[in-house]
Formats: sequence, C-alpha cells, structure tokens
Amino acid sequence: MSDKPLAPAIDGWHTMEVKPHLIGTQCNSCGSYFFPMNHAYCRNPACDSTEFSEVELSRTGHIWSYTNASYKPPEPFVAAEPFEPYSIAAVQLEKEQMVVLGQVIEGVSCDELKVGMPVELVLEQLHETDDDIKMTWKWKPVKA
Amino acid sequence: MSNEIAILGAGMHPWGKWGHNFVQYGVAAAREALADAGVPWQDVRFVSGGATVRCGYPGYVAGATFAQALGWQGAEVNTSYAACASGSQALAAARNKILSGECDVALVVGADTTPKGFLAPAGGYRPEDPDWVRFYLGITNPTYFALYARRRMDVYGDTLEDFAAVKVKNSKIGAHNPRARYKKQFTAEDVAASAMVADPLRLMDICATSDGGAALIVSSVEYARKIGKGDAPRVAAISTTTPTFASSVVEMPDIATDSAAAVGIDAHSFRSTLPLKAYEEAGIGPGDVDLAEVYDLSTALELDWIEDLQLAPRGEAAALLRAGDTAIGGKIPVNVSGGLACFGEAVPAQALAQVCELTWQLRGEAGDRQVQGAKVGITANQGLFGHGSSVIVKR
Ligand SMILES: [Zn+2]
Repeated sequence: MSDKPLAPAIDGWHTMEVKPHLIGTQCNSCGSYFFPMNHAYCRNPACDSTEFSEVELSRTGHIWSYTNASYKPPEPFVAAEPFEPYSIAAVQLEKEQMVVLGQVIEGVSCDELKVGMPVELVLEQLHETDDDIKMTWKWKPVKA
Repeated sequence: MSNEIAILGAGMHPWGKWGHNFVQYGVAAAREALADAGVPWQDVRFVSGGATVRCGYPGYVAGATFAQALGWQGAEVNTSYAACASGSQALAAARNKILSGECDVALVVGADTTPKGFLAPAGGYRPEDPDWVRFYLGITNPTYFALYARRRMDVYGDTLEDFAAVKVKNSKIGAHNPRARYKKQFTAEDVAASAMVADPLRLMDICATSDGGAALIVSSVEYARKIGKGDAPRVAAISTTTPTFASSVVEMPDIATDSAAAVGIDAHSFRSTLPLKAYEEAGIGPGDVDLAEVYDLSTALELDWIEDLQLAPRGEAAALLRAGDTAIGGKIPVNVSGGLACFGEAVPAQALAQVCELTWQLRGEAGDRQVQGAKVGITANQGLFGHGSSVIVKR
C-alpha cells in the first residue's frame, strides 16, 4: 500500500477506527435499524415515525450466505489490473436482525467460507485514486 | 362472483437477438394472438402494454405504441411498468377492465430488446442510489442468485450436479421449442466446463438477456361463450403482492435487508408470499397444480421456486428433481417451455410468455412438450425488489 491518506469510499457509512463499525440509524419509536442510514420515514408498516438516531451497528455477525465475483464488474467499480476475483458475504447481525452484504477480505476464497461462520467487520482498500486510498468495509472470518 | 377471464388467444415472437425494434416483436406477437383468438382487431376495446425502459419514449408508453402500430381503432389504453412483473400487471389491468364490465375483449402485450453484456447503472458519484452503491462495491446481479444458490448447498445439501441437472432438463425440452432462443441440448459436462461467474454458479447456470415479444387476447367468460370458446383456458388468479416487513432475504439492488429487531422476521420470504395469494384467489392448493413455469434466472433459483410454490417441502426440491418428477412425465413438470435457460429474458414479455405456454399446454397444443391431461398451471417470476408475480391458469 502506498503512503497516500486513507479516505472512506462512501462518506459517513462507517467509522475509520481500527475496529470499525457501520453507521446506521435506529427508529426512535419502534427500534428498527436501517443501513444505509434512513432519516426520512420508518419502513415498519406499523410505525409512522420520522425521528431517528445514528447508531454504530454490531461489528460481528454470522454468514447468511456467500459467493464470489469471478468476472470484473462494470463501472463504477474500480478494478485492479489484473483483476483478482474476490469473495462476497451476506452477514446476519444478531442484535439488529438484519443481513448486510459486503466483500470478504482479500485472499479468502469461497472454499474457506460456510453458512453460519462467525465474521467481523474490518476496513480494507476498495481502490486507489491520485489523491488517496478509498477504504470500505469487508467481512473477515474469525476463529470460532 | 367469479373473477375469471378467458384466454382466447396467445402469440409470441421467437426469443433471440434479432436486432429489430421492440414494436416489431410486440406487433408480431399481437397479430399471432389475434389470429389464434379469431377476434378482429377492431373488436379489441382495451390495449394493455408492458413498458420497456430501454427503448426510449415509445417504450415508456408501450400500450399506445402497439395500438398505433396495429392501427388506431379507438380502444382504451394502458401501460404497466413493474420490472419482470410488467406483463402480469398489464394482464391484471385488462382483467379489471373486463370484470368491471367496461370492455369485453382486451389485448395484453409486452416486448423488449436488450443490450449486450452486464447491465450497469448510470454514471457519476451517486451514493443515494442503491443500484450505484452495489456496483461500486463490486456486487453485480449474479451475486444475489449465487447467494441463494450457495445457501441451498450449505443448508439443504444441494450439489453442483443438481444445479446442472436443472439446465440439462430445461435444455432437453426447450431445444424443441420453436420459440426458444437456445436450441442446444446441454450436458452436465457442458455446464461444469463453463466459466465460473459467481460461486457456485457458472455461465450455463445463469440466464441471458434476449429480445422477444408475447401477447394474449383475453375476454369475459360471456364473450368467450358467445363466440363458441366457452371452454377456453381461464386466468383464475393474478398475484403481484409486495413483501411484508421485515423481509429477511436480501433483494437486488439492496445491500441490506430490513431489520427485524422491532417486529420479528416474517415467516415467509418474498418469493413464497407471491403464490399464497394466487392459490387463495383461485381457490385451489399446490396439490391441484399440473405444471409450473417459474423464473429460472439461475438453475438453483428454479429449485427455490418449487419450494416457494409449495410443490415440494422446503429443502426438498432437489430430491424431486433427482427423481425426475419435474421433467415431462414426472409428477409436477417445471419449465416445460425450456424456461429462461432456453429463452433468455425479455423483461416485459416474460411474464406473458409464461402464460402463453400454460395456455398452449392446457389446450393440449404443446406438441412434444405436452404435459398429458394438464388442467391447472401456475407461473412465478421475480424482478427488482418488491416486483414479482404469480398467475394461475386453469381449464
Ligand atoms: Zn419505526
């Protein structure tokens, strides 16, 4: 990695700490969580609240399912050359009772993943620009 | 009061990459459906089109575009856009018009052309657009199908051979369907030798995009009787229900599901709620169904649908497949048209194409694809989040 500064790929979606969290919102009335953040109207049909608080989502969960990208996705994805396939996981967060998609950290193939496997959230490079290194959240398997 | 309408005629333009304008496909399908129905164009009082967003202004107002192409004759018009459920919503609009007594005969038509390669979002930096976000993060359409497929393997023990067997089954039938795009009979070896796209799905497991057009002439049951077609197949139910909160299965293009922290996870996935309303409306159960046309966007997804339609208990679709029960001659044949595996997908036409196949099957006109004695058929499809449909046709 170069010595360029680190910047979030999408502003305000996750913290930049060593042990990062996704930033979501929670409905002040019914307690439903939202990611990405939803500040406008609660999507729970039994709730018409428009009041939300920003919250850090659980940074650990279990794999709901997983796959990989064997072909280079189209833009706006910025691919390294040559393209290296990467794994993708859908992760169930216990407390929030929601599933969040994300890439799996570099170097982990589907053979090493399993439904139900515990994972944690880390930050890793998504791509590099002239000015900085764009970081995003990725899922990292943890030893059970 | 019965909410049934009669299907007097069905028509299709063959699927493929033909390089024509979408109107041409729709008109060809409409003319075939009119001829099949034996109804003069001037007698059609409602034209219900499925919209196509890739064909510019005429595509957005597809109903009027088809009406103009067939020759203005003063009929009322409607256009429906609902991703892959566009055709079913157009059919629902025609049914409502007929059941309310506002018209006797309607034309329902959908047609599309598709570009080559990956479907990509609009440009710029647009984090407020979920479609843009997922592509930026490297999550393409096959990702979602693969997540469902991989979960089947780990949770139910489905194998790569099972998924390949779906392709082999569908291509074996579809190869003889004159309206299908792909006429090659694939083997399990062909599937295994094709490139990996999104583990565990290979190129041969995933459906392509296509050009195509499909049309139906539908009428009140009284009108059908009046012209001597009282025994025509009936649309017995149309379901286009949305999911219920909290929907626990991640749907394209979202990168997260609803949170069930407040209300608990709904016991049903979105896909499985669609047929529930259809069964209830038709007053039948899964045991009454003779054949099904389902959206095999991937081979594995056909197995999901079989369970969502309750044609097998959850997790047991692969066992049904292995026993040969989803093939012609089996207990519950699935995708005897060849499915999307052999057609590819032409979005606003696809839901209507499924109903066309059921129509021919229930009339006993499906040739070597014929399911003997078929009396009840069901369709199922799914598009972008919240858009899907299920239609029941019976005789
Ligand atoms: Zn709420």
